[in-house]
Amino acid sequence: MMTKFQVACKNLMRKKTRSFLTLMGIALSAWVLVSLLGFNQGFEAALDRDIDNMGFQMMLMAKGCPYEAATMMLKGGTGLKYLPQSVAQDVLKEPEVEAITPMLMQTVFDPDKGENGGIAAYLGVDPASYGAMKTYLKFRQGGWFGQGDALEAVMGYEAAELEQREAGDLIFIPEKNLELRVVGVLERSGTQDDGTIFVPLRTLQRTFGRQGELTTIGIKVRKDADPGRIEEKLYELPDVQVVSLAQVKQTVMSLVSTAKALVLSIAIIAIVIAMVGVINTILMSVHERFQEIGILKTIGAMPGDIFQLIWMETLLLCAAGGMVGLGLSLILSRVTEWLVRSVLPFAPRGALVRIDLDLMLLSLGAISVIGLLSGLYPAWKAGRIRPLEAIRSEVGG
Amino acid sequence: MSANGAALQARGLSKHYRRGSEEIAAVSDVTLRILKGEFVAITGPSGSGKTTLVHLLGCLDNPTAGELSLGDRPVFGGEGKRLSERRLTQIRRETFGYIFQNFYLLPTLSVFENLVLPLTFHRKQGARKDPMGLLKQLGLDHRRDHLPGMLSGGEMQRVAIARALVNAPDILLADEPTGNLDSKRSAEIVGILKSLSREAGVTVIMVTHNLELASEADRRFEMRDGMVL
Repeated sequence: MMTKFQVACKNLMRKKTRSFLTLMGIALSAWVLVSLLGFNQGFEAALDRDIDNMGFQMMLMAKGCPYEAATMMLKGGTGLKYLPQSVAQDVLKEPEVEAITPMLMQTVFDPDKGENGGIAAYLGVDPASYGAMKTYLKFRQGGWFGQGDALEAVMGYEAAELEQREAGDLIFIPEKNLELRVVGVLERSGTQDDGTIFVPLRTLQRTFGRQGELTTIGIKVRKDADPGRIEEKLYELPDVQVVSLAQVKQTVMSLVSTAKALVLSIAIIAIVIAMVGVINTILMSVHERFQEIGILKTIGAMPGDIFQLIWMETLLLCAAGGMVGLGLSLILSRVTEWLVRSVLPFAPRGALVRIDLDLMLLSLGAISVIGLLSGLYPAWKAGRIRPLEAIRSEVGG
Repeated sequence: MSANGAALQARGLSKHYRRGSEEIAAVSDVTLRILKGEFVAITGPSGSGKTTLVHLLGCLDNPTAGELSLGDRPVFGGEGKRLSERRLTQIRRETFGYIFQNFYLLPTLSVFENLVLPLTFHRKQGARKDPMGLLKQLGLDHRRDHLPGMLSGGEMQRVAIARALVNAPDILLADEPTGNLDSKRSAEIVGILKSLSREAGVTVIMVTHNLELASEADRRFEMRDGMVL
């Protein structure tokens, strides 16, 4: 026997092109919706991961713009300000501070970098304290430098790949005419360390004439400590600013909120257009089948049966479109990621668009609810068709 | 059906329309009684009200006045009270099967799917358990999986008859069932309706303007200006 589901499927197959176009409209809006929701959860997770991988929860730096500070911390930027190295000892005196690591970031113009030259950045670190905080850093070759003032360097995975260097090779610091021996190459960590060239802190201070100066102090606080109170105490030090990771996250999130609002607006518009398309398609179909629906009533269909039939057609279109959209969002997730990265002012490393089963089910549910809502009016209208009106449109007598 | 054998009784059945300030009496004061298993024809020229009458008898529309009983069950009684579309559908699907001039088969469904379509919405007690048997009976078993577009007019009308019979109706209403067929196919369809009445005991009410075909019926009601003569 025939079920209403089978009748609904056959009805949709009657105008294949129209059904296909409507389905694709829904699929595209589902793609946008899934990608947006995937971006919402992926971006925050990637940012959290980047921040967690820093190994410290606070950074101390010379007073200046917090946006610059955040950028430098996450990306390694320019516009550097300095604070005296003696501050490190003052910070360490705080009982709630578990460990610190002093850092000096320096940049030079490297004419051999890329086609037109580029900025080469070096991070001066103390291997003992830096390595202890970043326990996830593993060496692919070699290890940390031996002496605090050795003419040696450790290269992050991507930096080594870019420069084509291995342990034992030499690298040259332009402008300073200094050669450093690469003593270690790190494995890929998925953090900003991958693109960093590490140099012993004292070597970098001496090379750039910045003895006794730092750009940043990374601070690891004790687990039971109150970060807010420590922040207040650190602000008592002269000419420093404290950047907490929560602050950094907030700053970055506010930078991308505009982009997120834009994408959300596009998604909502796409969904509204798809809804209107669905309503239009089903209404046209009801109009074209006016007589047929009337005849169904003469052969025993109640208004509720017709309502269900038309509603089912709408739901089928939306569910099928939703599933195609989910497939598209999975297949094209790299394209989506590339598009999103191109419009964002800052993007953390790792996957920005994270699509998991929960998200897929949620999106499919949302599209189905939209389908059910879109189908209400056409289904109600079809349920009200009187068989007599359908028959009268043909015969007289 | 009732003990006196009446499948359907109408008394003073009327249907009036208003068109602007003018009142049009499509059906006026029709009284008739049709017996169970009877094959009747309603004839008359165009505009005589035969189709409107068959719509009232078939509970497709509410009368303006008059009474209608199906067996001994009153459906429309006295003046004024209109039945809802839902109630009319309930009555229709328990009692009637309909055949129309234009067949109204669903083009995307096969012959067999069209045949069993009424069972998707309602399976009446006593409905045919072997729909294929109906197709065989009407000589359409070889067309089971064909789409309506592949059939001749006569075959399409036979599928429509099979569809109307699948829920074992008490009364079969055929509104100009041969209107789109040549004379040979028309005679064939009327022959089927006649045998349904004779052999299966189905009450058949056929609207036609073809007097030759109407003569095959047990009785004929002639209509003119909304009244049965």
